[in-house]
Formats: sequence, C-alpha cells, structure tokens
Amino acid sequence: MEKVLQVSDVTIRFGGLTAVDHVSLEQYKGEILSLIGPNGAGKTTFFNLLTGVYQANEGEIVFKNTDVTKMKAYDRANFGIARTFQNIRLFTSMTVFENILIAHPGCNQEKIIPSVLFPRGMRKKRGAIIEKCQDILRIIGLEDMEDELAINLPYGKQRLLEIGRALATDPQLLLLDEPGAGMNGFEKKELTNVVRFITDVMQKDVLIIEHDMKFIMNISDRIVVLDHGTKIAEGTPSEIQSDEKVIQAYLGSGTFEDDDE
Amino acid sequence: MFLQQMVNGLTIGGIYALVALGYSMVYGVLQIVNWAHADVMMIGTFIGLLLVSQLHMPVLAMIILAAMFTALIGMGVERIAYRPIQSSNRRMAVLVSALGMSVFLQNLAQLVFGGATQGFPTIEKIPYTVGSVSFTNVQVIIIVLTVVMLIVLYVLVYKTKMGMAMRACSVSIPNAKLMGINTNRVISATFGLGAFMAGIAGICVGTYYNAVYPTMGYMLGMKAFSAAILGGIGSIPGAVAGGFLIGIIESLGAGYISSGYRDAYAFIIMIIILAIRPSGLFGAKRIEKV
Amino acid sequence: MNKLKTLQKLKTFKISPKNKAILLAVLVAALVAVPFIITDKYILHIIIACFIYSCLALSLNLIIGLSGQFSLGHVTFYGLGAYITALLMMRLNMSFWLALLISAVCVGIVGCLLALPTLNLRGDYIAVVTLGFGEVFRLILVNAIDVTRGPMGLPNIPKPSIGSFVFDSKIKFYFLGLVIMILVIIFMKRLTASGFGMAMLSMKEDEIAASAIGINPVKYKLWAFVIGAVIAGVMGSFYAVFMGFISPSSFQYSESISMVSMVVLGGLGGIPGSIIGAVVLTILPEALRTFSQYRMIIFGAAMVIMMIFKPNGLWGLDKRVRNIYKLNNIRTLKMKRGAKDGKSAASI
Repeated sequence: MEKVLQVSDVTIRFGGLTAVDHVSLEQYKGEILSLIGPNGAGKTTFFNLLTGVYQANEGEIVFKNTDVTKMKAYDRANFGIARTFQNIRLFTSMTVFENILIAHPGCNQEKIIPSVLFPRGMRKKRGAIIEKCQDILRIIGLEDMEDELAINLPYGKQRLLEIGRALATDPQLLLLDEPGAGMNGFEKKELTNVVRFITDVMQKDVLIIEHDMKFIMNISDRIVVLDHGTKIAEGTPSEIQSDEKVIQAYLGSGTFEDDDE
Repeated sequence: MFLQQMVNGLTIGGIYALVALGYSMVYGVLQIVNWAHADVMMIGTFIGLLLVSQLHMPVLAMIILAAMFTALIGMGVERIAYRPIQSSNRRMAVLVSALGMSVFLQNLAQLVFGGATQGFPTIEKIPYTVGSVSFTNVQVIIIVLTVVMLIVLYVLVYKTKMGMAMRACSVSIPNAKLMGINTNRVISATFGLGAFMAGIAGICVGTYYNAVYPTMGYMLGMKAFSAAILGGIGSIPGAVAGGFLIGIIESLGAGYISSGYRDAYAFIIMIIILAIRPSGLFGAKRIEKV
Repeated sequence: MNKLKTLQKLKTFKISPKNKAILLAVLVAALVAVPFIITDKYILHIIIACFIYSCLALSLNLIIGLSGQFSLGHVTFYGLGAYITALLMMRLNMSFWLALLISAVCVGIVGCLLALPTLNLRGDYIAVVTLGFGEVFRLILVNAIDVTRGPMGLPNIPKPSIGSFVFDSKIKFYFLGLVIMILVIIFMKRLTASGFGMAMLSMKEDEIAASAIGINPVKYKLWAFVIGAVIAGVMGSFYAVFMGFISPSSFQYSESISMVSMVVLGGLGGIPGSIIGAVVLTILPEALRTFSQYRMIIFGAAMVIMMIFKPNGLWGLDKRVRNIYKLNNIRTLKMKRGAKDGKSAASI
C-alpha cells in the first residue's frame, strides 16, 4: 500500500518537559488512522508538529515522499496537510461561507494587482471558486447557513464548519483534532458520515484524535496509542482493545465505556 | 570622561529604573503596557512643584506627599481607563484607551500649568569634584533615594503578604482569584506602588534638570519602557538592571558618539532587543497553547 | 397613525445597491460642484485637508484595522514622502510627478524595512517600536541640517505642473486632491473585497488558523505596511506642494495620534468609518477654533470613552457587508444554488 505519511522519531521539548518523545508512525493511502491516549499524552502537540505550528527538535516528517520537517506551517497547508483544532478556531467575524472561501487557495492566493485593476476580469474565476465552496458546504450540511456569522452557529455545526474549512484547502491528508468533542449522538452520526465521505468518495486520508471510544472503534482502520509523549501501542481496533498497556494507561479500568448515551 | 559619564549614567539610570518598575509590574499583572504611566508621573511632579512653590513645604514632606498623590492618580487611571475595558478582553481597546489617557493627561497639564518649562526649586546644587569626575549633591541624593526605594520595594514585594499576592497575580489572575485574593485590590495596589515610585522619580528628574514641563513624561516614559523591555518586561530585577543599563549606555553614547541623537540610543537598544531577544535579560517566555 | 407608519418605514429603510450607486454619484457630483459654489479659500483649504486626512486614515486603517498592527509611527511615512518630494523638486529640479513616483518607491522601501522588526511582535510592542521610529525620524529631520535645513524647514516648494498648466490655485489643488482620494478609496474597496483583503483579515483575527489554511502572516503584514506607507507618502508629497512649506513641526507624534484617533473613531477596518473619522476630526477642531487649546484633551478623552462604550467605532468591521466576495461575483453564475443534484453527505 502506498505510504502517505512517514513520521520518524519526532521529538519536542518545552524546557524540561519532553512532550513528544521519539514518536514514529506511518499512514497509508485510504486508511483512517486514529490517535488516542489519556489527556496530556501529547496528541495535539503531535498534530502541531505535523502541521508546523511547532518545529521538532529531532526527527523527520515525510509527506507525499517529500521531507517537510523544516517546512513552514502555511507551506505545509498548501502542500496538502490540513487540520482542525481542538479548541475551535473559526474566523468569528466572518460568515459560514467566508470561512470556507478563505481556505480555498484560489481565493487566499489572489494577487493585489489583478484584484485592484481588473476585478471584473476575475469574475469568472471567482465564480468557479464560489461554486466549489458551496459544494463543500453541501458536504458538511451547512448550505442553508451561508450568510450566518460563524460565531452564531451551534457548537456541533461549528465543528463541522472547521472540517469544511480544512477541506476547502484541497488537502491530501486531513488531521481532525477531537472533531466529536461536545457533540451528541445525532451530531456524531453526521460526523461519521462526513468522515466516511471524505475518505471513500473524496479519496482523502484522515488522521483523527478522539476520546469517544465507540466512535474510534467504529471508524478506524488502525489506531496508535500515545501516553506521556511516547507511542505505547499500535494496531487494529480489536488488537488495541485487548492490549494490556493501553488498558493500564487509561487508569486500569477493565472495559471501555461509552461516554454518551 | 568615562567615569564622568558613568556617574551621570547611574544617576539618570536610577530614575529610569524607578519608572521602569511601574511598567514592568503592571505588565506582569495585566499584560498591558500602561501608556499613561509616565504622564501620571508628570502630573505628580507638577503637584510637587505646587507644594514647594505655592505652599512652601519642606522638601522631604513634599516628596512623600507628591508621591502619594501620584499613586492616587495612578490608581484612578486604572479605574477609569483600564478596568471597564478589561472585562471585555479586547487588547487593542485597552491600548487605545491607555493612549487616550496619556494624551489627555499631557494636554490637561498643558492647559492647567502652561506649556512652558518651569524650574523646580528644591535643593541648592552643591558641586563636588573627585579626580576627573564632577558631580553634585543632587546626583548623590538621587542615587541614594533610588537605592532606598528599591530596598523598600524589595521588602514590600518579597516580604509582605500584599507582595506575595502581587506575585501570585502576575503568574495567573484566575488562579489568584481562586485562592481568595481580591485581584482588583491587588491590581490597584500594583498601579499605586508603581506610580508612587514614578512620582519619586519625577521629582528627582525635575530637580536634576531643574525643569518641569507637560511633555516630560513622553521621552522619559519611552526610555524607561525600553529599560523595562531590556531587563525583561514583567521582571522586577530586570526593570532595575534595565534602567541602570539604559542610563549608562545613553550617557556614554551622548558623551562619545553624539549628543544630538541622545534620545535615540534607548530606542535603538529597544529595537535591537525586541529583534533578537524579546524576552529581555531576565524575562520569561510565555508559550501559547494551541 | 400615519406618523407611526412613516416612522416605521424609515427605520426599516434599506438602501438597495441601485440606490447606493445613485447616492454615491450624487455625492461625487456635489464634491465636484463645491469649489464653484464655495469660493471662500479658508473653507476650501479645510476640505482639502479632509481629503488628505481621509487618505491618511484609510492608509493607517489598512495597517491597524485590516492587518492588526498598531502603528503609532504613521507620520514617518507622511513626512518622508513630503521631504523626499520637496527635496527632489528643489535640489534636482525634478517635476512633481517624477518626484512623486520616486518618493513613493522610497517610502515603500522604508516601510518594508521598518516593518521587519515588528513582524514578530505583539500589539503593544509594535506600537512602541513604531513610535520609536517616528521619534528617530523626527530627530533626523531636526539634526540633519545639511539636507533638511532642520527646524527651519523647506520653504518655496515649487508647484506641480503638466506642460504649461500649473497647479497654482486652491481650486486646482482641490481637484487634484479629490482625484487622489477617489483613487485611494477605489483601491481600498477593491482590496478589501478581494481574496487578498480577506486573507489579511483572517490573518489579523487568528494567525495560527490562517497559517493552517495556507496563509503566510508575514507576507500580509509586510504588504499592509508597505501599501499603507506608500499611500501616506503620496499624501505627504501632495501636502508638500500644496502648502509650499514643510518643517519638522508638521510631522510630530501628535500627528500620528490624530491619525490613530480618526481610525479608531471611525471604526477599525471600515472604509466609510475612516473617512467619517477623518472628516469629523479635521472639521471639528477648526469649527471650534476658540476651543483649540482643548483639542488634544478632547481627542484623548474621546479615545478612552469610545473604547469603553463603542470599541468598534462608528462604522467598524461589525458593519462590514457580509459575503461581499460572493455578492460581487455571483451575478455571472448561471448555476444557481440549489439547482445541483444530490443531498448533503451529512444527511445520508
């Protein structure tokens, strides 16, 4: 199977604390890989390393057969890695539509001179961009709320909007950081459908951080478990469910419990 | 020449240190730059002038009273210009408000006291000469006063309960609240303490240059702020070190390079520091959680 | 009963795009007609000053309101444009237009250089550093007497001319200023409604989120500074030939503060806001000439009061037209929303 992402021994230290300690993983084309672990395990920090928010102290990140370890965050985004945030970071002063629009490279790479001198000449091009954005809104189910300010959306829809925004960058790899946090059962079903659409129909690769075990076991092809900055286990859902180290890391409870019902 | 400039530098450096402390302490607690700080100092100095010239108060009493007035004004500024805006958590709004306050105070003083520079007749200057260095009793008094104030500050901040509360607030206000600390009162006290010392500094400056004028806070404030940044904004020892360093560098620069650009040296240092090491000499780096 | 109905109608009166265009045309026509109706030189001078400050406020608005960098040294670019133009015209006998071009380029380069230290800094620090630049600039103006004649300033700056047509009267400067202002406004409108402008806005709001969608914050911060600087420089050039005399006292810290007040009063980010702020804060001090000593006090107090009660100004970003990109470009779309087949993925 084709390898999309190869992370080798990435490490980052903050002062005396090693937040991510020589973590390696691979992601293959077409698979949904999940990253789980107790709070503070370093999952979001790992995402930040992948996207370039943090620069790794050691290690290598190879994406699409290119070494992106030293690439800046915005370059990585343009190269095909998109993400959502654990604490939603939508552009609150913008509408739903604009949040999607601004992520579209055709929009945010617009140059000054054509925009100022020939705005009418750009109509056709911009029209195509607008259509594409409306397509994405349809995928995430927010096509009726184009003119609404992002901040006025209900929480679950804000999370979907963030996913839509990440999709608008036309990525190859989509990193979702706790996309289901705070969602109820119905919203999680919507989310599952959207993620499946992204991988099955749009042919993109997804790497998810989540805490909802039912959701994870249901959707993942493979799971990687982090604890205290290191990888402690890796495998299919059933392998992980019975892994001793993983069970111990989650405070030694015998079974995984659903956290919504 | 070198020693001479060093003495001058230490004198003005002490003054910068006293004012820089106000900037650092307020920034440590609220993460805002108190733009009105130096103008509060200016108002306090004018009050000192009034006390001496109109009421003919003895110098020592005048210093303490003027400094206390300055403290009150400083706390008033916090109440009016900062506290109502803090709650809505808008950094730019606080900045604009602080700026507005600074402009307001400067021009108010201009209106009330007139724009012209006035003398500050406190102590008669007695010159001394030791070797190649000449200095005055005023400079000695300023340096001594500065050191005394720093010791008082040290005791207050590190040896009293209120000081501990201040230090707690500079780490985290929400947590300080959880510990039962009345953060509003601590913030007021921080402003007051900073303004008190600035008041002392203002009187020193007025006496040193025998000049008091409404825009005296502007230049002094910029340099003291540079000092605070050099030392690491938020750090008390940093402000002190920064103050003396800026004073010395400025004096040496004026002596050896050019005195016309005297005011530029502090700016240049600040820009360099912000470019290569924004956290300053003693400052701590704040990492934002993404 | 009838009165109530008319009142209600007025409250819900929305200005349609067509009416907006008509209003705008009327306004422009009025502005063109003014110098033929009002011949009082003093009033014309004030209006020209409004033009200058509107453009200055718009350029500063780009830096503060649209890219989030609180610059307190804007007077630097204003003054630099004025001095470079004046010196080129006086020392090298250059025509105004060539001098304007060269000084605009110079100011742009300086703007880029000055922006570099501020790129990594947060709000207050940017303010202090830019303030510092303003001060250093003023010191250079005062001290470099060989070049700038120091505090004595540069008198007898030549007037601009096209062939044999010389701009030697207030009316001619009025129209020149009006044309420049209209160009600046059109520029700003198109910029803010474009992807470039939106990217800048998103970068201002959240740098990390913007980076995550491929926007390079540094690029937009630099551009905002450079463009803002160039516009201010152009206004400085205009000021120099308009007044005929410039000196360091015209380019002090208080000018930067005035410009910031205009942008803040009008509302950060809004084009009409900046113009309103500039006009109000130019006319008011003149109208209240007797209270001129209170001018800066009122500015200062107004800034504090505005921030407490109306931090968004009179016409800030909260009044921005939503989805203007879509509105401007959707008319050519033949496929309307909803004509496409298929439900959303989420509802499967």
